[in-house]
Amino acid sequence: MSLVLDVFSIAAICAGAFFFLAGTAGLLRFPDALTRLHALTKADNLGLGLVVLGLLPRAGGVLPALKLIAIWLLVLLASAIVSQLIGRAARRESRLQ
Amino acid sequence: MSWTLALEAGLAALVLGVAVWTLSVRQTFAAVVAFVVYGLALTLVWVRLSALDVALTEAAIGSGLTGVLLLGAAARLRATEADAVAERPGAGVRAAAAALAALVALALAAALLYLPEPAHTLAPAAMAELPATGMRNAVTGVLMAYRAADTLLEKVVVLISLIGVWSLAQDKLWGGRPGLLHHADPDGALAFLARRLPPVGIVAGIYIAWLGADQPGGAFPGGTIIAAMWLLAMMAGVTDAPPISRRWLRLVLVAGPAVFLAVGFSGFFTAGAFLAYPVAYAKALIVVIEVGMVLTIAATLGLLMAGPPERSDKP
Amino acid sequence: MTGFLLAAAGFVLAMVALGLVRILRGPGNADRLMAAQLMGTGGIATLLLLGAATDVPATRDAALTLALLAIFATVAFVKGIPAADDPDRTQESE
Repeated sequence: MSLVLDVFSIAAICAGAFFFLAGTAGLLRFPDALTRLHALTKADNLGLGLVVLGLLPRAGGVLPALKLIAIWLLVLLASAIVSQLIGRAARRESRLQ
Repeated sequence: MSWTLALEAGLAALVLGVAVWTLSVRQTFAAVVAFVVYGLALTLVWVRLSALDVALTEAAIGSGLTGVLLLGAAARLRATEADAVAERPGAGVRAAAAALAALVALALAAALLYLPEPAHTLAPAAMAELPATGMRNAVTGVLMAYRAADTLLEKVVVLISLIGVWSLAQDKLWGGRPGLLHHADPDGALAFLARRLPPVGIVAGIYIAWLGADQPGGAFPGGTIIAAMWLLAMMAGVTDAPPISRRWLRLVLVAGPAVFLAVGFSGFFTAGAFLAYPVAYAKALIVVIEVGMVLTIAATLGLLMAGPPERSDKP
Repeated sequence: MTGFLLAAAGFVLAMVALGLVRILRGPGNADRLMAAQLMGTGGIATLLLLGAATDVPATRDAALTLALLAIFATVAFVKGIPAADDPDRTQESE
């Protein structure tokens, strides 16, 4: 059983790391502030979510697991709002130039 | 090479790289952003050094609040920024500054590398007496029991610095509301965040303050988180900075030091010295002090960031 | 497993460092706004992985604090962006 959980953790964390890689690749390659914003917020949040998923079996109890999920939900809410704000600022700046 | 070493080397390189970038970039805004990133990266360093209380405080104050403070300063210096960017100090000044910085770095490195082995430490003695303080977190034990006088003085100093900031107000604006009025579309994204996040943040702040007795945490990081949530609400226009002449505000500001002093003086009667705690009530007294401290820290830091009064209170 | 978690933490940190190199330079302030967000999310992932690797549960609290303050810092940046055409941005509607 614990072997299955370990394999699950490793798989989820690897997937999360892949999304972080994809996010950074987007940051490096995309041409525009708005597209870079998209790469950052979508990929990194999915990456964090998968990392949290992979760490859930190792959390050691229901309460710590809930804390992990709460952290992820917080980051999700934040980046949803923050992408709006940054996107608006990016558009304002590109209009000024 | 073990993974740990690789990780720590990478982290050190990241922190150094961001620090160098912060110093060398010319626009103020870019420098402040880099500074905040530096602070966030430093949090990871503290965690690796097993100093979690410091990590919490670094994340809270060192990056978040200090960044906002610097942004406020940068905004006030906007008029002179073009001149400041264009100015280049002479080669002699730059060489002297580099030499001085290198000297300080060498002195620090020498002090660290030539520490006696095993290092002189009071840690075993501190840990041995910890149960008498009722705390299980050694850092809180040091802050609130062994060196409580230090902590009390720090709180008073923070309050005095707030009064110093207030003294920058124009005479006719004294007693008014700090900072300019922030507007945000009440249906917009920022106002939504400022309504949803602060309740969560306040609970998290209280949780971390409460946790400080047994685990890394304490009144200072907890109060700072609550201050950040208050500032967020003010920045979004959801709430306005209170006029500094309000009595309830001033009561909250002095609550922390006042409770601390009261408990300290009561120590004369209950345990024979200033700030001495009777062993049976040590934890309860420390908790009482920390409640006052959380309120005061949250209010003081929030108002420090808000700045001196810039709007008159009279309609 | 500990080695894997440490390696994963190091990998995420390397991705954050690479991303920072790009967006701290980024032309225009909109790019730089994202730096706090990147460092925040990546830092949280690194902290959670480190905490699991070293078995120090208090690291999660540090990650929670990092999350809240990174959000706050990004909002402060957005409000504090120097805008060339309006001198008192704080009184402009969002």
